[in-house]
Amino acid sequence: MKEAFLVLLLLCNFFESSARSLHVGETKPFPTIKSALLSAQNGDTLFIHPGLYKEGNIVINKSVSLIGIDLPVIDGDHKSEVLTIKADYVSVSGLKIQHSSYATLEDPGGIKIRECKHVTIINNQLLDNFFGIYVEFSRNCFIKNNTIIAHSTAEQEIGNGIHAWKSDSLLIIGNKVRGNRDGIYLEFVTNSVIWRNISTNNLRYGLHFMFSHNDSYISNYFRNNGAGVAVMFTHDLVMMNNTFEDNWGDAAYGLLLKEISDCTLVGNRFVKNTSAIFMDGTNRITVEKNLFQANGWGMKIQANCMDNSINQNNFMANTFDISTNGTLTLNNFDGNYWDKYEGYDLDRNGIGDVPFHPLSLYSVIVEGNPPAMLLFRSFMVTLLDRSEKMLPSLTPENFVDNKPRMRPFAL
Amino acid sequence: MIEISDVNKHFGKLHILKNIRLRLKEGECIALIGPNGCGKTTLIKSVLGMVLPNSGEITFDGKSINKDIQYRTHIGYMPQIGRYPENMTIGQIINMVKQIRNSHEAYDEDLYEKFEIEKLLDKRMGTLSGGTTQKVSAVLAFLFQPKVLILDEPTAGLDPLSAEFLKEKIIQEQKKGKLILITSHLLSELDDLISQVIFMQEGEMLFHKDVAVLKQETGTDKISKAIIQLLKQDKA
Amino acid sequence: MIRILKFVIIDILKNKVVIVYTLMLALFSWSAFSLEDNATKGVLTLLNLILLTVPLVSILFSTIYIYNSGEFIELLASHPIKRKKIWNSLFFGLTISLVLAFLLGAGIPIFLFADIGKAVMMLAVGTLITVIFIAIAFFSAIMSRDKAKGIGVSILLWLYFALLFDGLVLFLTFQFSDYPIEKGMVVLAAFSPIDMARILMLLQLDVSAMMGYTGAIFKNFFGTSAGLVISFFILFLWIFIPYRISLSRFKHKNL
Repeated sequence: MKEAFLVLLLLCNFFESSARSLHVGETKPFPTIKSALLSAQNGDTLFIHPGLYKEGNIVINKSVSLIGIDLPVIDGDHKSEVLTIKADYVSVSGLKIQHSSYATLEDPGGIKIRECKHVTIINNQLLDNFFGIYVEFSRNCFIKNNTIIAHSTAEQEIGNGIHAWKSDSLLIIGNKVRGNRDGIYLEFVTNSVIWRNISTNNLRYGLHFMFSHNDSYISNYFRNNGAGVAVMFTHDLVMMNNTFEDNWGDAAYGLLLKEISDCTLVGNRFVKNTSAIFMDGTNRITVEKNLFQANGWGMKIQANCMDNSINQNNFMANTFDISTNGTLTLNNFDGNYWDKYEGYDLDRNGIGDVPFHPLSLYSVIVEGNPPAMLLFRSFMVTLLDRSEKMLPSLTPENFVDNKPRMRPFAL
Repeated sequence: MIEISDVNKHFGKLHILKNIRLRLKEGECIALIGPNGCGKTTLIKSVLGMVLPNSGEITFDGKSINKDIQYRTHIGYMPQIGRYPENMTIGQIINMVKQIRNSHEAYDEDLYEKFEIEKLLDKRMGTLSGGTTQKVSAVLAFLFQPKVLILDEPTAGLDPLSAEFLKEKIIQEQKKGKLILITSHLLSELDDLISQVIFMQEGEMLFHKDVAVLKQETGTDKISKAIIQLLKQDKA
Repeated sequence: MIRILKFVIIDILKNKVVIVYTLMLALFSWSAFSLEDNATKGVLTLLNLILLTVPLVSILFSTIYIYNSGEFIELLASHPIKRKKIWNSLFFGLTISLVLAFLLGAGIPIFLFADIGKAVMMLAVGTLITVIFIAIAFFSAIMSRDKAKGIGVSILLWLYFALLFDGLVLFLTFQFSDYPIEKGMVVLAAFSPIDMARILMLLQLDVSAMMGYTGAIFKNFFGTSAGLVISFFILFLWIFIPYRISLSRFKHKNL
């Protein structure tokens, strides 16, 4: 074992010493990136000096590093894909990559990574590309601190900021994604981590999972997207410490869960969303220690959701904390803090002595009958809700928190 | 001065005034008499514009009263039952009417002094007896030196002394050549005042005659008797 | 007219009911703002109170006041004063007094706690609601000579606008739930000043997004400046129409 390690160290040394630096620029040895790539060998580094490079589609099929100096501009001139990476161990950093073509069939991207391992994309700016960074059939790629901006108003005119397809073990960290269809889109992507990204103003979703299992997204910030995050047909996902804010509109959600199971949702903040969480066909997920504040709906739980535990969350200043379209409830709501709770705590153990029914009659009415929203906050509705609270007759009886907290959790 | 032509008034199914025709001139003192509910007050209120007739026209000095309400500056009106805002004092009422009228003529404060209203100024209208309320009404009716005085049951409820003051005042005004229209069913009170008599019954005006003529025709010396005489003749 | 108005206002302001009303509004407002942890919630709480109490007090007090002014009206009518002036004086007297009571009672705390845009909207809405229900009071008071009947009608009208209309709306939404009636709801709102005022205020509070799809449609209408102008125009109609009807009836009324 020790010997093997030594050999590896030596090998590294060998590569290091043999690696060359190629300088690209108007006054440099290589006027174009393509010419430098032609003469490059695996392990070489291309330093790209400031300037505008319009070279059509640049294909990288050697394991090289591209390092931009003072943000050189690589422009696809709306005619082709800009950078296509087809080799392992490629690293791209410090480039401004813009104006890929818009051919929808080929899915052209600012940077496309095809069937590679260990590709690193760091500190680049991707402007007005059809797809920002497109990853397919790749593993162990590292996408960090890139800024991906597009300006589009219609979903069909624009691709996703970071798009990953049939890949594994990706690290997507600290990127800023704005104005795309989906900020980050993952389909058949497994064992990946999405951490500390900021995804705002995207037309559809800030972050979108399809059939992508065993991933986690942590400490991301989603604001003002069509919907913050959509998770569909996925299991074993960890969702932690994210912030979902201002996802407003007629069909806007903070978090949309569709056909998912066995996930954890912990320590997230949902603030000012039309619906903080929409759950459809969602089973066995743990919703814990989240904050739901000033949302239209805290959680919309469709009747086909089962065995979910919703505990230790704060529900504050939401129009409706919970709503559902069914009558049967197979989820557990114990031990949350509800600011609408009006019970008392005689034994002073911090837990209200009277169970709380988080489902208001009006929320049930509005669920089946959205125009009834006209009566929002009217005296009539207050009366209805009050009388229902005293003598529940229309809302499901088992929709109940048996241990409502008297004080909010410190989240 | 006041001309009433073919005035009709209905209250629902009740036909209160039936084709009333009248001419009232300056200097006359007219008694409007008749049984209760015969339409006297309604007729007066029509003249004042408080009740709007269903048909017919009322003119004051040749001008229709519907067009211009300024004619009311020339009328002093004393209602049968004076109704006043209850929580205002007598002083406030008199003050308010003065301000609202905004009249530049000198006030006639004879009755104000005779009735010793000065002492009552702070009394709230709601606490007054019927007689005192009548005194206030009388004071207000005469205050602005109107050309026409319309007095609905003026002496009803007044103590004899005050009633006497009021009668004197009416005579005094009549001598100034004013038109005075009085309703009363206590006929004896009127004898020494009246120059003409109008008799109404069930909304109809039965007659409108000079007192002298009336007395002559019936051969009596009292108006009341004369009228009873007439009514008997009518029935016969 | 100014002189009569002066008497009416002095008379109303002497009335203890108006003082109690002012104090009550002040108490509500201060407690709404100090009990809720943020100003927006305070405004929402207050909005509910205002939309309930202000119409009730305005319509009841005005109706009773109009009936109690019977003598006053009669007294003035025998003097050379146009009936229109008498009626206008009563109307403006009530309007000025009750609006003043509202602004003093609720306005001060609202201005102190809420931010300026919301405060202005709240006061505009509260003032309009006050005047609308005074106008409706004039309407119901002129319909009947009988005081008890008139007050009864007023209470029924209040009940209708505060509660029954909403019940009717709820019923309609259920009846037509299969149809896209959201836009129709905007029109329906015009038939109830209280609902209209509430929606205007809610949109100002930025909670429209909380109302989902329907909220978005409301926002598309009421949120635009044209929508705002139309809404306020409709609220003004709610003052103008009942009052004009009452005025033309009063002109022909037998006193």
